[in-house]
Amino acid sequence: MKEGYISGTIKTIFGPVPQVSTVWSRSDIWQTIKVRWNLNRMNYKVEPGLYATGNPDSNSEVFVSANFKLSFDHLRRALNGMNAWILVLDTKGINVWCAAGKGTFGTTELINRIKIHALLNIVDHRNLLVPQLGAVGVSAHEVKSKTGFRVIYGPVRAEDIRSFIETGYKATPEMRSVKFPLKDRIKLIPVEITYGKYYLLLVPAIFLILAGLNPHGYSTDSAWNNGGRAVINLFSAYLAGCVLTPLFLPWIPFKRFSLKGLTVGWLIAVSFLFLNLLGISIFEKISWFLIMGAISSFLAMNFTGSSTFTSLSGVQKEMKLSLPLQIGAAASGLIGWIITRFI
Amino acid sequence: MNGLTYLKNVVSLELDRQKCNGCKMCITVCPHEVFELQDKKAFIKNKDLCMECGACQKNCPEGAISVRSGVGCAAGIINGILRGTEPSCDCAGPEKNCC
Repeated sequence: MKEGYISGTIKTIFGPVPQVSTVWSRSDIWQTIKVRWNLNRMNYKVEPGLYATGNPDSNSEVFVSANFKLSFDHLRRALNGMNAWILVLDTKGINVWCAAGKGTFGTTELINRIKIHALLNIVDHRNLLVPQLGAVGVSAHEVKSKTGFRVIYGPVRAEDIRSFIETGYKATPEMRSVKFPLKDRIKLIPVEITYGKYYLLLVPAIFLILAGLNPHGYSTDSAWNNGGRAVINLFSAYLAGCVLTPLFLPWIPFKRFSLKGLTVGWLIAVSFLFLNLLGISIFEKISWFLIMGAISSFLAMNFTGSSTFTSLSGVQKEMKLSLPLQIGAAASGLIGWIITRFI
Repeated sequence: MNGLTYLKNVVSLELDRQKCNGCKMCITVCPHEVFELQDKKAFIKNKDLCMECGACQKNCPEGAISVRSGVGCAAGIINGILRGTEPSCDCAGPEKNCC
């Protein structure tokens, strides 16, 4: 099978090595957009192995990457105009940082790939350029003692590779640190939106059906009126947690993501209160504050996994308090809302 | 440093400066500028910025760093609770939404 990004073949004494294009094709761009929307994201892979950009020889640099195609694409694009080798590890289609956390982008896999692809004979030098975030799974001194190769941690972002090479493997502190700017947060939002999957239809549908209940039995009219409002409230809370909170993350008060989400969820709820969207009775209004707060808070808390600065200890501490409160609030809000159907 | 920091005084990072040989590997691999060099040895400058990724521990040739590393991810922790395992986002499974 010939992939679109393979532009030719380089002959080595150990057989042919695929040469890859360093420019994204229209198809690469389209696939990237789809993956950002969580379509085919868990099956977006390149074959692990050795690749070439340009016409590398035994003095050319070796760059190590993951077999998530988006990771591979960013690397090959950054190598435009360079003659280099790319060693792609089998990370099960997961990006460098996450795979390193799981150990698939790791010492053992790297050592195996060095052997499988006879890197000792492909290049005369003993340097491997590994993305810095790969250090979570790779132990440089172990690779050195077992293969003789020196792991050089390159910059976090592929776009800084050129300057890193040109300055003789020097990375500025800026190149070494992971920030979480608006631009990066925006890229993550589509995947966050798809988080709910079929619940995005199921939950509103249940509310729509239950909304028809009234003291006299069932009425499709009230299902439509109360239910329609319910669906708007639910989706608004959902978007508050997985779009607005990530978007405005640094500017929302509190450190805890669950509190940030609660803040945004309640801001929406308060504005809906004034728009008369939260129902007539005080009981129903309180129910909506509980439900909307819980949804937004929970989704915002889930964004810790996408963020680049939350620690396991911190998230555990946060969840210990927040998760029971979210579940309690959602459950009592739902019960309250159902009860208001009958009063 | 940007404005995004997480909870204070929870991070499990420890450094044994006695063992440090000053190789600066921790400074290189840390994505949050937690370490700096003081008197030719590593020093924890910004402990609260640590996200417990574990890169420094993994790359310290002297074994001077310890940190309880793992995913700072609520979904991963819920996964762990449901399965009775360590927190893990476990992307190996089908249809798993993951980082």
